[in-house]
Amino acid sequence: MKRKQRRLLFVGLGMAALGIAAALILFAFDDNLVFFFSPTEVQAREFSPDQRVRIGGLVEEGSVVRDSDGLTFRFNITDLSEIVAVSYTGVLPDLFDEGQGVVAEGHMRGGTFQAVEILAKHDENYMPREVADALKASGQWQGDEAE
Amino acid sequence: MIAEIGHFALILALALAVVQSTLPLIGAWRNNAAWMAISRPAVTGQFVFISIAFACLMYAYVVSDFSVANVFENSHSAKPLLYKFTGVWGNHEGSMVLWVWILALYGMAVAAFGGNLPPALRARVLAIQGLIGLGFLVFLLATSNPFLRLDPVPLNGRDLNPLLQDPGLAFHPPLLYFGYVGLSVAFSFAVAALIEGKVDPAWARWVRPWSLLSWSALTGGIVLGSWWAYYELGWGGFWFWDPVENASFMPWLMATALLHSAIVAEKRDALKSWTVLLAILGFSLSLMGTFLVRSGMLTSVHSFAADPARGVFILGFLVVVVGGSLTLYAWRAPSLRSSGRFRPVSREGALVINNLLLVTGCATVFIGTLYPLILDAISGEKVSVGPPFFESSFVWIMAPLFLLAAAGPLMAWKRADLPGVTQRLTIAFAAAAAAAILLVALKGGPWGAILGLTIAAWLIGGVAAEFIERLRLFRVPLIDSFRRARVLPRSAWGMSLAHAGVAILIAGGVGATNWQTESVQVMEVGERVEVAGYDFTLASLTDSQGPNYDVRRGEFTVDQDGERIATLHPEKRKYWVQGMDTTEAAIRTTWIADIYVAIGDPATSGGIAVRIYHNPLVPWIWFGAIIMVAGGLISLSDRRHRVGAPSRARRKSTPAQPTEPAQPAQPAQPAESRSDT
Repeated sequence: MKRKQRRLLFVGLGMAALGIAAALILFAFDDNLVFFFSPTEVQAREFSPDQRVRIGGLVEEGSVVRDSDGLTFRFNITDLSEIVAVSYTGVLPDLFDEGQGVVAEGHMRGGTFQAVEILAKHDENYMPREVADALKASGQWQGDEAE
Repeated sequence: MIAEIGHFALILALALAVVQSTLPLIGAWRNNAAWMAISRPAVTGQFVFISIAFACLMYAYVVSDFSVANVFENSHSAKPLLYKFTGVWGNHEGSMVLWVWILALYGMAVAAFGGNLPPALRARVLAIQGLIGLGFLVFLLATSNPFLRLDPVPLNGRDLNPLLQDPGLAFHPPLLYFGYVGLSVAFSFAVAALIEGKVDPAWARWVRPWSLLSWSALTGGIVLGSWWAYYELGWGGFWFWDPVENASFMPWLMATALLHSAIVAEKRDALKSWTVLLAILGFSLSLMGTFLVRSGMLTSVHSFAADPARGVFILGFLVVVVGGSLTLYAWRAPSLRSSGRFRPVSREGALVINNLLLVTGCATVFIGTLYPLILDAISGEKVSVGPPFFESSFVWIMAPLFLLAAAGPLMAWKRADLPGVTQRLTIAFAAAAAAAILLVALKGGPWGAILGLTIAAWLIGGVAAEFIERLRLFRVPLIDSFRRARVLPRSAWGMSLAHAGVAILIAGGVGATNWQTESVQVMEVGERVEVAGYDFTLASLTDSQGPNYDVRRGEFTVDQDGERIATLHPEKRKYWVQGMDTTEAAIRTTWIADIYVAIGDPATSGGIAVRIYHNPLVPWIWFGAIIMVAGGLISLSDRRHRVGAPSRARRKSTPAQPTEPAQPAQPAQPAESRSDT
């Protein structure tokens, strides 16, 4: 095989690999992108019960209630102008607490956000960036930087 | 005083970095031997001064000198001594000191082992190392000085994030940095080669051991982090496709590709400009990882407190390094001509496809990681890309790679005989078929898991086939095979081990993601639940105190068919200073599966939330990774990789010759002795 042909073959293979990758990426993006909304945005729009979304804000003070089964939690996530009621069954992360930043992933069903996953911050002075931005958007941001 | 010595030492190191990055480069350009020779004392001096600074910072931590702001923010007098040491790199500033220290260490190692490098190449490589060091030292001193003082001096510190007070995580950053920074050596060699316009097999031979060392450290570092997440976060998971995990995974994929393409560059004098490009991209990605983690753009346990000035600085540095090196590449690479010719079906061809798949896989991870940031910047929309994305894109690109990894080592250089290779792979076909049949019969699904484990069995079969081929097992008397095994180059052992490790790791990952059993419930003392055929009884709950935390400790007995097999003690700790809770899962491994128990908060009704997992094959992830790292290190110890230090190699190999009886037989089989990794 000539040098040129060989190079052509490998360039072709490379293109094919990239093409397949691009197709896989687009296909995977189609189903697996999870959009993030603040409580204000959540209240302003409709969600299909199958759409997986993330919401974030602060856990409203005094809103955390534990059901009698000991594993189902109900609480409100707020951006200090709107609130969303959330229910979650499972063990909450170590750093989940009232008044702290939180991100919940799940589905909006019948006015309640049914979370399948709760992500809390990892240390006491860290605020998830999405939450900081959501608070800024609602004009309730108090801190001076996203720390 | 000690802190000021450290600060001053950093400034001196910066001054030496200026010398190291300029004079040798000019010397190499004007062929001035004296100027080129400056690189070695400069690199030594830099290492000495950064070591002094590092030691000073460590001293401040150990004696809890809270007049140093960095110590105040990240340490506490009640913290156990081990974490006073490791807390040095548990924060942004300290970890940057560790970073530049490792960079200087690598620089010194290049100077020490590069005795027989052509002087101009060595001068240029060290100068590029010096430039990188210069960038990081300026960054450190200008935006992240760890030696700033506080006045008045606080009585005590704010403590290290309790999640980081853990042995697994204590050594995760140093290993990871050894890997990240090791790629800088390959990068420096690549840029130096571009400046010289010359890449020859000798160049590739110098680059290989550094890439191998860096790859081994990166593998170890990533897996240590994954192991930590597994037992510390209490979720029973080991890999989350978190952007910061991806940030370390991308350089690893590039380093893996580089490792393989450098073989072709060395042995066959082909793929030269491609190898140079991989070296540049690998280090660029490790810089990008640093940028992502430190710019506050990501939400993760790894995020350090954000400071826009730092982000802007690293972004600028990234643009200079990546832009500069790629421009140089575009300008000079066309002059790098390869002489090695090969057919598409050959060892070279297989390695080219290996590289294509690894780079494509890396590209999908790159897009999945950066897309949310780009979308946010463009449209303000916030999205997250989770595990399902990577599972339905990256995993599919890797599958053919593992299929190929069994066949590639059996192929001859230049042109391979495909029917012959297929025939030699009989054992791999048999292993895969046996695994598939067994799994369908025993487990029945899901089919993705069966496919994954079948591929793992195929790869193990391929490794075995290659090994049998090398030793001529069953074809020559056993004693001859044994003799062959003894003279087999270590790099061949290393390759077989590393590939086998990959197979075991895949099996572990596939089993863990598909067959995990999870059970979450509230349990009271004396209560019993059954999970995956085991009976778990909460025997007691006790509250006590550790060195700097309160702890609630559960005692679980685990029985199977009425027989006690384990007693587990999961803990929930509350650290005093930061008031933060951590989960310490208790894990009992049977080598085939893990039994995993973690406790959560007490329920209002009494009792406590308990998470129990049965995680099949998870231990294999760690075995696989250990075997991979062992493979990398054994390959690194190969005599031929020490050509960089011929005097040492000769000293070692000469007395070794008589003790290897089959050594003289080697020239009789040139084909085998050439066909190692």
